[in-house]
Amino acid sequence: MKFSEQWLRDWISPALDTQALADQLTMAGLEIDAIEPVASAFHGVVVAEVVDKAPHPDADKLNVCRVDDGSGEPVQVVCGAPNVAVGQKVPFARVGAVLPGDFTIKKAKLRGVESCGMVCSASELGLEEETSEGILELPTSAPIGENFRRFMGLDDHTIEVDLTPNRGDCLSLKGLAREVGVLNRLPVEGSDIAPVPNTHELGFPVRVEDGERCPRYIGRLIKGVDVTAETPLWMTERLRRSGVRSIDPVVDVTNYVMLEIGQPLHAFDLANLHGAVIVRLAREGERLVLLDGQDITLDADTLVIADERGPLAIAGVMGGEHSGVSAQTRDIFLEAAFFAPLAIAGQARRYGLHTDASHRFERGVDTDLARDAAERATALLLAITGGEPGPLVVVEDADHLPVALSVTLREKRLTQALGKPLADDEVTEILQRLGMTVDKRAGEWTVRVPSWRFDIAIEEDLIEEVARIHGYNRLPVRRPAARLALRANQEGNVPLSRLRRQMASRGYQEAITYSFVAPELQRAMFPEAMSPVLANPISSDLSVMRASLFPGLVRAMQHNLNRQQTRVRLFETGLTFRGPLDDLHQIPMLGALACGSCEPEGWSGDNRLADFFDIKGDLESLLMLGEDDAWRFEPALHPALHPGQCAKVLHRGEEAGWIGTLHPAVRAALGLKVDALLFEIRLDALTQGRVPAFTPLSRHPEVRRDLAFLVDADLPVQALLDTIAGQAGEWLAESRLFDVYRGQGVPEGSKSVALGLTWQHPSRTLNDEEINQLVDAIVTESRQHLGAELRG
Amino acid sequence: MDHLPTLVTEARQAIQAADSISALDALRVRYLGKKGEITALLKGLGKLAAAERPAAGERINEAKQALGQELEERRHTLEKADLEARLAAERLDVTLPGRGQPSGGLHPVTLTLERIEGLFTRIGFDVAVGPEIEDDYHNFEALNIPAHHPARGMADTFYFDATRLLRTHTSPVQVRTMKECEPPIRIVCPGRVYRSDSDLTHTPMFHQVEGLLVDEDVSFADLKGTIEDFLHAFFERDDLSVRFRPSYFPFTEPSAEVDIQCVMCAGDGCRVCSHSGWLEVMGCGMVHPEVFRHSGIDAERYTGFAFGMGAERLAMLRYGVNDLRLFFDNDLRFLRQFA
Repeated sequence: MKFSEQWLRDWISPALDTQALADQLTMAGLEIDAIEPVASAFHGVVVAEVVDKAPHPDADKLNVCRVDDGSGEPVQVVCGAPNVAVGQKVPFARVGAVLPGDFTIKKAKLRGVESCGMVCSASELGLEEETSEGILELPTSAPIGENFRRFMGLDDHTIEVDLTPNRGDCLSLKGLAREVGVLNRLPVEGSDIAPVPNTHELGFPVRVEDGERCPRYIGRLIKGVDVTAETPLWMTERLRRSGVRSIDPVVDVTNYVMLEIGQPLHAFDLANLHGAVIVRLAREGERLVLLDGQDITLDADTLVIADERGPLAIAGVMGGEHSGVSAQTRDIFLEAAFFAPLAIAGQARRYGLHTDASHRFERGVDTDLARDAAERATALLLAITGGEPGPLVVVEDADHLPVALSVTLREKRLTQALGKPLADDEVTEILQRLGMTVDKRAGEWTVRVPSWRFDIAIEEDLIEEVARIHGYNRLPVRRPAARLALRANQEGNVPLSRLRRQMASRGYQEAITYSFVAPELQRAMFPEAMSPVLANPISSDLSVMRASLFPGLVRAMQHNLNRQQTRVRLFETGLTFRGPLDDLHQIPMLGALACGSCEPEGWSGDNRLADFFDIKGDLESLLMLGEDDAWRFEPALHPALHPGQCAKVLHRGEEAGWIGTLHPAVRAALGLKVDALLFEIRLDALTQGRVPAFTPLSRHPEVRRDLAFLVDADLPVQALLDTIAGQAGEWLAESRLFDVYRGQGVPEGSKSVALGLTWQHPSRTLNDEEINQLVDAIVTESRQHLGAELRG
Repeated sequence: MDHLPTLVTEARQAIQAADSISALDALRVRYLGKKGEITALLKGLGKLAAAERPAAGERINEAKQALGQELEERRHTLEKADLEARLAAERLDVTLPGRGQPSGGLHPVTLTLERIEGLFTRIGFDVAVGPEIEDDYHNFEALNIPAHHPARGMADTFYFDATRLLRTHTSPVQVRTMKECEPPIRIVCPGRVYRSDSDLTHTPMFHQVEGLLVDEDVSFADLKGTIEDFLHAFFERDDLSVRFRPSYFPFTEPSAEVDIQCVMCAGDGCRVCSHSGWLEVMGCGMVHPEVFRHSGIDAERYTGFAFGMGAERLAMLRYGVNDLRLFFDNDLRFLRQFA
């Protein structure tokens, strides 16, 4: 909310400069976001009267005026404004004046006529952003020769306060003044609002059908208002400084009263009210054209103001176009109601609206304010538009009118919560200053909550208020005490931080990509994947939850490739989202991507491109941190990966992830010019490790045998390794695959696989005979099951 | 015998002229070997008169020793030269970079989260995590933000349907933990959070760390002490001014925003702190009794505090990053700066 500092100071003016006042409010929880001067810098402008006006002899649109600026002889100026008239009081920039934009007024000749100064428009003085139609007319009471800035009170600031949702009571000058009064222990000079006597007895029937949602409805018929009257400058200025545009006097007055005391008001054109004003819930499907021109269909739980023919307004949110005040309006029906916050909450948002009224009603408008507001608005309207007020029409539902809450604050609780005791008197005084009636008994305060504080209902609310007014920064500082308790710590687990560092030590940079991705990207890689779709994404590019870390990593790779980075190694950890909402799995994964050369371009290395086995080695280095023998790689198909360079990664026989080369078709679809290697593995599997278990070192010699097999070229080596492991006996210490060869010397369609097998017995020397038996068994089994032939 | 001096002179010259160990070895054989010329002289002593023998023997032995020594010295010199030649030949340009895979690094947000977690776990907090697709109940209701509450407007929420959404804060983890555990509870909850906001200073996804401490007799003073200690430790500045401003969060009361003296300008006022000298870094407060009620914790017996901070914001201040969006571009030139 924006407000004028001077307007506030009319209510209450502590001995603080602007910044100090702003700081005080900020430190009381009313955060000041901005302080702006209400007018740009200018000087040399005074109040003057137009005493003479004659057409310019040589220009149709110009007038030659003489203005009295109080300096003696009237001054001649040429003026192009269409609305300039004799007898007007105007802001007059004398020769030598400097206007906003560093514009200096000089004596000049306009089409041959001398002009000694300038009659100014609001925009020329920086008081309006848009170009004004004509000169700014000042009240006739404006004293000639008076400095215009002083006359207008332009040495003022617009202060913007960012109020938290609990402080609806501060959404008015009255509320802010009340708060400043509390903080400075000063009384607030409230404008007493006197009832306006009615000049006729005409009312208008009001029927409230939902007293729970609208416990109080006050209306007043005012006949014969002149809507074409001008809103006085002082009011438009205050509105302007509060960020509100002047519309017409009726709207201006309702806005003004809302800003002044906090009660939203609405005015209907009596000519468009039929039968009665009815406060009721909308009927499903009823339609209403709002003031902003929007044609909406109402929901059945929306409170509306209607007449016998249908809805006129969404209660507490926005009026309808048809029933609003227009230039033809003669008689108005003014509404000042109390709507329960829960009745209004969420209504505006539902129709895509947010209005000053809904903002206030959702947060709670002082329950006792409606009558004052109606009187205040009447008085202001009569002064501007004239008119004949009728009596107030008051409909109240006593059962639903809010009653002042009574809340108890225990001294012990307060002391405990704040960490120090506060003096009884201070607490009592703070509560009283906040407008509460306080009943102090032994060890507790019982207070009655004022009608404007919707945020105070329980003891903690009072503790907060006391702490706030006492000052958070005057409260003690202490370190929490705790019993030292050791926590369980599973040594077997591999911490995520360890996995991350392992990836980093293998040359990968950690990436963090958005958890939502472009649907087409995900579809290109995972045509079958089902993952939740956002109902209100920020853009379609970020609209579907990632089913895998691959899309984000590929996107990040593209970002880097587009910036001349040819070698990309990235990894990421985070949740992936699989399945429909009702059977959703949020699975933590670790994924990695590599493209480009194996090592950075250098003077010594081979600059070959990284391939499947490079990234597999990186993955294996992770697996070795955990249950290294629980993992298996199995040839399988994955839609995003090259069918011949892709493995399903199994942990204890269950799918835990995938590794492979990006499918050439996907690569082409994404417009990538290089191969990318990818893996992603479930974190729950990666983090499983085990506590090391010592095996005694054997003092007996190892026996090594190297075997080379000829096998079918398509046979996975894993099958051979498994067969060997099955036959090699329990003393096999190590099996090393040291060569895989195809080419000269090996028949077409076959490959040679060479292994070094090492046996060692813990307590004796193995003899040749038993090793030979094992080797024979391996060779026989491999031949029978895999067609493997031992090479000569 | 008379040619001994000539022989010695000749041998000396030969030794000095020798340019390899093998040449030297040949000279040793030639002069001092079994059939060597000096050895021959010694063998010839017997032909001399007995009276002459001792003196002649002494002279020959002297010559033999001198030559032996000379040979040794020459050998030493040659070996040294050999070694030096080898060393010179094997010289490397040690300023060339080493081989192999250079290290990568962790993301600055991870570094920040780990740092925050580390500071708190060291004083007895545990790390708790939870789902990112949450339901209305855990993200809002249980945190005292009923439907239509104006506070729902404080954070624009990504929805999947009427009740399921992307968590807007990590507070749901607090709710889940409080439901499962008995006090004392001390946790920090790091993680991704989502708000439908995207401009220069907002990304639709960012990271939060929230903390929760629930125990008997926990006060606002404990909260202040913990936050102050944390900020001093995080920024490694014991003199950093910290202030608490009353604020509002539906799930805490009293609530506060925490400001620190601007770390960019030391409080003098700069662009980063909007010339106020202060930076808002986190929100905090005492756990609202309604939150305890939803979590089944006795609010009369236990009190607690909670706090929350944005990891990107702290990372920006700590590392001097000037553009939030860089965190999610994953540009290697950016990421490598934190390796």
